Amino acid sequence: MAAGAGGAAEPAGRPRGRVVRDALGVGVAVGLSGFAFGVTAAGSGVSALQACVLSLFVFTGASQFALVGALAAGGNPFTAAAGAFFLGTRNAFYGLRLSQLLALPRAVRPLAAHWVIDETAAVALAQPDRRSARLGFTVTGLTLYVLWNLTTLLGVLGAEAIGDTAAWGLDAAGPAVFLALLAPMLRTGTERAVAVLAVVLGLGLLPVLPAGLPVLAAALAAPAILWLKGRRK
Amino acid sequence: MNVWLAIVLTAAGCYAVKLAGLLVPAGALERPLVRRLAGLLPVALLAALTAQQTFGAGQQVVLDARAAGLAAAGIALLLRAPFLLVVGAAVAVTAGVRALGG
Repeated sequence: MAAGAGGAAEPAGRPRGRVVRDALGVGVAVGLSGFAFGVTAAGSGVSALQACVLSLFVFTGASQFALVGALAAGGNPFTAAAGAFFLGTRNAFYGLRLSQLLALPRAVRPLAAHWVIDETAAVALAQPDRRSARLGFTVTGLTLYVLWNLTTLLGVLGAEAIGDTAAWGLDAAGPAVFLALLAPMLRTGTERAVAVLAVVLGLGLLPVLPAGLPVLAAALAAPAILWLKGRRK
Repeated sequence: MNVWLAIVLTAAGCYAVKLAGLLVPAGALERPLVRRLAGLLPVALLAALTAQQTFGAGQQVVLDARAAGLAAAGIALLLRAPFLLVVGAAVAVTAGVRALGG
């Protein structure tokens, strides 16, 4: 890596104000959806403390939703955790890109790692230079972490106050969040084929496999479609 | 107890993969097939989870008000609505259909 990146040898880069504004926009919009997680967690029979521990220590939304969903469906702790874990593996790939881009000191990495998620990666990778990327990553991470945890707590307490979350339609929040995360990923025919096969496997196996396993089986749609594509070539 | 076990496993596993990405030397995860699979796994999992939480009831597949809610979320997404509005539409439509006895 060239020594000049991020240093004085570089042109001014993006104005700090614009980087901060972009980062705050993403952080606030997504951070507020911790409310939906809190509500979904409460509806799944997870305690307020458990929901807050999830947001504090897992801090990767899709995995958290997947875990409480699987637990609500009666899945055993190992299959529930496995599904959540597999959803989290994409963060390793963000980390790989970010470690070169941010060039963080070794001592900072264990702390920064906790904030490596879809949104911080998206903001940091969109920046033209290292200084802006570090700023974007930090501001997005901090805003999202604080808001996500606060709104998780509010969501759990709100849901407990409301009582029957189903009557308020709050059980539709979880799948809507998944759909919103999924939609931008369906860019090519391959992604769509994987999604369709996964839906067929996930629903088709629901009556025959114990809770939690159909989702893991549906993950096989990814290698299956890749294999089919490879054969057709 | 089971819930706490699942929470600890998930927290440890999710943190480990985040840290691995930052610590692993570039190149180890750069094989095209691995990258491709890592991009497609979330697609499969999210699609299956969306379907199950919309049409699943225990071990049965059912069609109820949640499907209308998800359709509303889909329309909101097509109209490029912000994230919170998408979730709000799903919740409101599901509640509305239930109130009407659907």
